[in-house]
Amino acid sequence: MSAAAGAPREWPDRVALRFALNGRAVDAWAAPHDTLLAVLRDTLGATEVKYGCGEGVCGTCTVLLDGAPINACLTLGVHAQGRTITTVRGLAAAAGAPGTAAGDMHPLQRAFVAHEAAQCGFCTPGMLLTAYALLADHPHPTRAEIRTALGGNLCRCTGYTRIVDAVEACVRARQGGDRA
Amino acid sequence: MYLPPFRYVAPRTLDEAIALLREHGDDAKVLAGGQSLLPLMMLGLARPGVLVDVNGIPGLDRIEADGDAVRVGALVRHRAVETDPRLRAACPVLADAAPLIGNIRVRHRGTVGGSLAHADPAAEVPLVATALGATVEVRGAGGARDIPVHEFFRGYLETALGPAEVVTALRLPARGPRMGYGLAELVRRSGDFATVSACAVLGLDGGGRCTHAAVAIGGVGPSALRMRGAERLLIGQLPGDRTLDDAADAVRAEVAPESDVHASADYRRAMARVMARRALGAAVARAGGESRAAGPGAVRS
Ligand SMILES: Cc1cc2nc3c(=O)[nH]c(=O)nc-3n(C[C@H](O)[C@H](O)[C@H](O)COP(=O)(O)OP(=O)(O)OC[C@H]3O[C@@H](n4cnc5c(N)ncnc54)[C@H](O)[C@@H]3O)c2cc1C
Ligand code: FES
Ligand code: FES
Repeated sequence: MSAAAGAPREWPDRVALRFALNGRAVDAWAAPHDTLLAVLRDTLGATEVKYGCGEGVCGTCTVLLDGAPINACLTLGVHAQGRTITTVRGLAAAAGAPGTAAGDMHPLQRAFVAHEAAQCGFCTPGMLLTAYALLADHPHPTRAEIRTALGGNLCRCTGYTRIVDAVEACVRARQGGDRA
Repeated sequence: MYLPPFRYVAPRTLDEAIALLREHGDDAKVLAGGQSLLPLMMLGLARPGVLVDVNGIPGLDRIEADGDAVRVGALVRHRAVETDPRLRAACPVLADAAPLIGNIRVRHRGTVGGSLAHADPAAEVPLVATALGATVEVRGAGGARDIPVHEFFRGYLETALGPAEVVTALRLPARGPRMGYGLAELVRRSGDFATVSACAVLGLDGGGRCTHAAVAIGGVGPSALRMRGAERLLIGQLPGDRTLDDAADAVRAEVAPESDVHASADYRRAMARVMARRALGAAVARAGGESRAAGPGAVRS
């Protein structure tokens, strides 16, 4: 990019974005001020990414950017350029289980169902992605570590206990698998 | 979810970024992690016409450590501070402060340079930088300059940065032998900014006496403050319980917080004492050769 002082600069009001969404290349036009949340929900129809506070506090807009959990509400769409975005729909496929496709369930999702860890379900996508990122870094967290890791994701319904139970059960099932 | 429109530019070099900031003056803002600037814009509290995105400038995200100092690039994310093994070895207090920042999503985007430039009085990076007597490296049209941290923070959300200056790095002294640190903070809910925070750094001689003492308190003034009175009580002393209690009492007398919606001035003063005492206790334990066995890196309550 050239920035010779005084040279007239062009300010594009639309940017052609291309990134990987749940393993598929997607293209979208975005204004520089479009948040990633707006690009995902409004342009690409990925309404599994929820809008809660818009201020980085609640965690329901969590997506993984190259595997790391981020606030889609406080990230610009242009920051996804050339990168990988995972939403809850891509969780099973992101885990790389053979034969999985977008829409399949990850063991964490099955544990959430088994433990009735959702009521209204609005926080659930963010909870699952945050738990997934935790387990990617720390395969065997303690209950206290799970609680700390999920501390930035708010739930208005469940009282959190069943959510932590579900993640813990998933960890224990894995440990069983490791020992077998 | 929707930001007001702005013009956006992503320079590839610092010089280009600085030229853009000069050209657009007050209308332009640097964009780093966006975890403070974008919420302000969302709420209508900031409305820059031009955002100069520094995320694509190579080299700003480096962590360099030699024997005496650690240099943390402005674009280093809080999460990297938390997890980088070299940084943890050279400056464990900063590594232990990072997980206290916001939530995991904020830490994956938010940057060290952004925290310094934003200058929130309760923020962790400025607190630790103040306790360690760190140096902020900045660059502007006139070239590079170093700003000692006590001159960098000028007031509530105010710094010594010139209009077209960019923070390039934070330079911290590396941990010496028989040096210990402690961190403690009071938070209402997980992920909130601290109501009151404390960072203590102590150095002991062979006989166990304090040769170096630094106590910084956040959340009690427009920026993190050094507690010079408490520090004077520690220097030359054996840091037993009595001495630490006296130093903590001095902190209580030295801070002059104001009341706000989160806490009254009295409560902040009382909690400044408690947090300082906890941080000092942890610092002594670590400096006394108990190395990293002083329990969790940071006490939060
Ligand atoms: C929900 C939530 C909770 C949070 N909790 C905490 C907390 O507990 N503790 C804490 O410390 N912080 C907290 N933060 C703030 C977070 O740490 C921010 O990341 C940080 O304050 C700013 O860093 P940034 O990179 O996101 O900066 P940005 O938001 O991009 O920028 C912030 C300001 O700094 C300027 N700026 C950025 N980089 C530079 C640079 N290199 N040179 C010059 N100017 C620059 C910008 O122009 C802007 O004015 C929280 C944020 C959120 C959303
Ligand atoms: S909508 Fe993004 S954190 Fe609440
Ligand atoms: S299930 Fe309703 S917010 Fe969590």
